[in-house]
Amino acid sequence: MTDWIARHPDLVFAAIKVVICLFLLLTAVAYMTWVERKLIAHIQSRWGPHRVGPHGLLQPLADGLKNLFKEDIIPAGVTSRFVYLLAPFLAVSLSLLAVAVIPFGPEPVEVWGARTGLYIADINIGLLFVLAVTSLGVYSIALAGWSSNSKYPLLGGLRSSAQMVSYEIALTLSVIGVLLLAGTLSLREIVLAQTGHWGGMVPRWYIFPQFIAFLCFFISGVAETSRAPFDLPEAETELVAGFHTEYSSMKFVMFFMAEYSHMIVTSLVASLLFLGGWLSPFPATEFWGWTRYLPVALAGALGAVLLVDAVRHRPLWHRFIMSVLGLGCLGVAALLATQETLLAVVQGPFWLLGKTAVFLFIFIWTRATLPRFRYDQLMAFGWKFLVPLAVLNIVVTSFLVAWRAG
Amino acid sequence: MVPLSYYLVLSAILFGLGVVGFLLKRSVITIFMSIELMLNAVNLAFVAFSYHWQALSGQIFVFFVIVVAAAEAAVGLAIIILVFRTRGSLNVERVNLMKW
Amino acid sequence: MAASTILFFLFGGLAVLGALSLILQRHPIHSALSLILVMASLAVLYLLLGAEFIAAIQVIVYAGAIMVLFVMVIMLLNAGEEERTSLSRTARVVGLPVAGLLLAEVCYLLYRAWPADTVVEADRFLGRTGPIGRLLFTDFVLPFELTSVLILIAVLGAVVLAKKEL
Repeated sequence: MTDWIARHPDLVFAAIKVVICLFLLLTAVAYMTWVERKLIAHIQSRWGPHRVGPHGLLQPLADGLKNLFKEDIIPAGVTSRFVYLLAPFLAVSLSLLAVAVIPFGPEPVEVWGARTGLYIADINIGLLFVLAVTSLGVYSIALAGWSSNSKYPLLGGLRSSAQMVSYEIALTLSVIGVLLLAGTLSLREIVLAQTGHWGGMVPRWYIFPQFIAFLCFFISGVAETSRAPFDLPEAETELVAGFHTEYSSMKFVMFFMAEYSHMIVTSLVASLLFLGGWLSPFPATEFWGWTRYLPVALAGALGAVLLVDAVRHRPLWHRFIMSVLGLGCLGVAALLATQETLLAVVQGPFWLLGKTAVFLFIFIWTRATLPRFRYDQLMAFGWKFLVPLAVLNIVVTSFLVAWRAG
Repeated sequence: MVPLSYYLVLSAILFGLGVVGFLLKRSVITIFMSIELMLNAVNLAFVAFSYHWQALSGQIFVFFVIVVAAAEAAVGLAIIILVFRTRGSLNVERVNLMKW
Repeated sequence: MAASTILFFLFGGLAVLGALSLILQRHPIHSALSLILVMASLAVLYLLLGAEFIAAIQVIVYAGAIMVLFVMVIMLLNAGEEERTSLSRTARVVGLPVAGLLLAEVCYLLYRAWPADTVVEADRFLGRTGPIGRLLFTDFVLPFELTSVLILIAVLGAVVLAKKEL
């Protein structure tokens, strides 16, 4: 057994990385719900969840427990129980699958004497893999809407899958501009193609030459995940709850989780393709050497804020949780400041997660701010504006690339 | 380390199952899906031979087969929708106006 | 037992099971799901044969777009289960065994033509995207442009055929 592990180190490393990635992603999904509710609330001049635990931090836990204990209903006239149960399972597994090709940092990293990269798999067609997983995600919605044997889910499912298929085209076309500039489909190499700075100041990220493609990609990404303002098929005031009307408790939670992890994956891919992934925006010169300690500064500041906030809570266990969190952050800051190797490893993921957080903030911000599209406006926007815009971007980009090369 | 003939045998089995489905099923959509199964089996044979002769043109042909299957599926499903609207059923045995 | 052998038998078996399920299931939606399973298994087999771009195209276009079209038509038409009739005596006694015999003969001939020494090794990645793209735009540019016209015709045909009478 142990020599099988020694002979196949790649498989063991991949298995460990899968476990870590899934754990982090599922925790991120759970706390994304908290972040979204707090953020939308503060944008709307109210508090979000603030009773369950300090600042409502235990709200996701409470929601999870509530859904666990809810009655699990399967409607009576369901034609195929297999399809009804398959749909949420498919949704969750597909949106978690896309994380397998995301590179979190420059490789390689030394772990107990063995070198491995900060990604689960680096395949030549990484970008196509993410697109393939996205296009398979349409099934979960179509099958969920149909198998519920009820007219509102059916209409919601059909509308939602038609919307996803339409915006998938704009998504794929907008990415081709990046592909032309990078010359490769592997996500790690696309990030590597963005190293360097123009004039020593501006980073060579693809958002600058491909700004139109970036807008197209981001808008299609928002529509693809059925987030506002494109969430007509699942808005509460419209088709009851769209395709997941007849789903209760854990199956509904799975759809919810699938939507948030799809959002996180779209933000990760957008940061990789357009914002330079795990590259730092600062040039790698002596002058900017202090930016290596930004993770330390952030962890330290967060720890200080949490500790100061801990004093202001009245219940003792609130103070306990906040001070534990604060001390944990300060401990992480101290660890990073002293251990150089750990700081080097953390650099890449720190920048990638920072950029992803910016995109997630934009997702939530647009949800809180913009009104919904009507369905025909939505489809017209996708087909008549975004697709021609993306094709125009491809034409101009390929012309410029050929002109520069020839 | 699988022999090439295993891939071809698999392609033959899938093609055979596609033909069986095409001949024996009575729902128009399932017959259409058996046609797609046959096309997939042929694609597998093409890719296997492309590997064997180390020639990329096999895979180019697969690309074109997939594209043509897409066009055919679009038009075929539109026709199926029309048949359903006029005949009211998806059973091929009901579409028998031209039988003597 | 190399990993590629295990993967071949696993996904080849899944493909055959999917095909059997396609013809044995009564409801079209189950047949559609089985066909998606067949296409996904075939995508893995293409990866084993080194055709990475074709595997990605198979999943994105075939399993992710064409089959979505099938599933949406099945949902729209509300296609119910097929009526149950059994095969005639002739089919069961003569037809299926003869079909099996023909299949066995084809397999034997294939095995004779490419004997066990021609082996597929899963480490030569032939189908990289760059060379395929180059071929598509140089040697095969005419079929490429013709397929774009074909798809335009198909889109027009589908719209004209399927729209309601005005």
